[in-house]
Amino acid sequence: MANESSMTTIFSDFQKYLNEEQEIREEIRVLVRDVEQTTREIHTQLQLVHQHGGIKQVQEYCEKAETSFATLREQFRKLAEVVPAGQYYRFHDHWKFSMQRCCFLSAFITYLQTEKLVTREETAAKLGVQVSRENGFHMDLDDFLIGVLQVASELSRLAVNAVTASDYSRPMRIAKFVAEMDAGYRLLNLKNDALRKRFDGLKYDLKKVEEIVYDLTIRGLKPSEDPPKE
Amino acid sequence: MFCVDDVKRSRKGEPKVPVNENSPVIKAFRVYQSELDARHDKHERLVKVSRDITIDSKRTIFLLQRVAGSDSECAVLEEASEKLKQIQNTKFSLIAKELQDEDPYRFIRAYSPGLQEYIEAVSFFNYIKCKELVSLDTIQQDLIFPENIDIGQTYDPKNQAEMVESQASSTAVNQSEQKGTIEVHVPPIEYMLGVADLTGELMRLAINSVGAGNLDIPFEVCTFLRKMQLGFQSFSYVSREVKKKLHTLNQSLQKVETACYTLQVRGSEIPKHMLVDVLSSPMREIHMYTDDQSMDE
Repeated sequence: MANESSMTTIFSDFQKYLNEEQEIREEIRVLVRDVEQTTREIHTQLQLVHQHGGIKQVQEYCEKAETSFATLREQFRKLAEVVPAGQYYRFHDHWKFSMQRCCFLSAFITYLQTEKLVTREETAAKLGVQVSRENGFHMDLDDFLIGVLQVASELSRLAVNAVTASDYSRPMRIAKFVAEMDAGYRLLNLKNDALRKRFDGLKYDLKKVEEIVYDLTIRGLKPSEDPPKE
Repeated sequence: MFCVDDVKRSRKGEPKVPVNENSPVIKAFRVYQSELDARHDKHERLVKVSRDITIDSKRTIFLLQRVAGSDSECAVLEEASEKLKQIQNTKFSLIAKELQDEDPYRFIRAYSPGLQEYIEAVSFFNYIKCKELVSLDTIQQDLIFPENIDIGQTYDPKNQAEMVESQASSTAVNQSEQKGTIEVHVPPIEYMLGVADLTGELMRLAINSVGAGNLDIPFEVCTFLRKMQLGFQSFSYVSREVKKKLHTLNQSLQKVETACYTLQVRGSEIPKHMLVDVLSSPMREIHMYTDDQSMDE
């Protein structure tokens, strides 16, 4: 009977397939670990802005952090080589969280430097990945949006610390920025997924920042270039 | 009254907040919005088609189960083959169209239930027809469509011939590079999960066929299931899903083995028309060493 041999081939073929997949996953895991290491370094560097007096040295910290992005680009390039073409989403789970973190870091740096919301193109360029899927290893839109949302929580913390450091104008600008972000995310029709869950947290950050603005305003601490309305 | 009014007002008030369409942030988010919407829509459409495939495949399987009691195996097989082809041409071609130029793994969650059920139906059909396990290649071949196919058009009957011929050939899975065709990519893992579902159907077939007076089929099925179990057990690394299916497979196998045992020991003592009752009812008693779980998933 041909039966026996064909069945054996089917199963041994599948075993071969499983082994190959395991190997790729192993490789990816190692590379993702490197990426995580670098993001941790950048994150630590950026955390310094919260420290006393750190706010005045923002530009300096950002420049230092920027240098680590070169490492990140190199690491993503290596990762892109390992992932088979057209199978990005087969292994996506491995680097999803790292990618979100990278997007967060890039958005945070951009904010600290320019006080603007980072665009997808800028982030992709900073990480050395593609914007659209057709061009190769890219950045998933969901990951980008989730990463950017994390900036809001970081900024609400920064607003608190800015007040402590007697920088009263920054919270005002942060409030405006977070409000604009909120308006942007409101445009999206979100499904009940991870992005939606993250977005639901945005209102708390917004509220926190608005309360800081309120506290400053009723105490007359609002900076003079923006005189309180009568 | 007041309360309701208040709530309404605040809800209505929300969209009134002016959105500054000229702001770069809003502009960027408009782009993200359309991209997300397009993807969600596609996902929804795929889920719908997948659901239809599941229903149709289930019907095909029920039809095939009737083989046991029917006189003309050929007629049933003919009808089943027709049904399967219909699923390919009307449903899977839709999926293939949706997935054109997409990463097949991105939307796999949307259509994997349908795909697995379909694989189960095809492999069951194939088992009844030639007592063999259908290969991944054969399944993949059926799901490649020429580009610009008209939905509903009856597809090339050559496909049917291919189905039998290419049985043994095990070339690389990636035929997608062929120009001018679109396909529903079948990941090997989906294939294996679909094939694992087959065992439940085989078990049912074995029991039913005794009722129809065919006492050979349980033994055939038993040998086949044993081989499948061996194959599944040999995998070194498997997902949790496969493990769960292996568990069900073991149960089905045990049922069939017990049935074979009963047939062997008491087959000649009991009138044929009573055998089914003997097999299905006291099986649980003989069966004490197995988990007492229901037959299906």
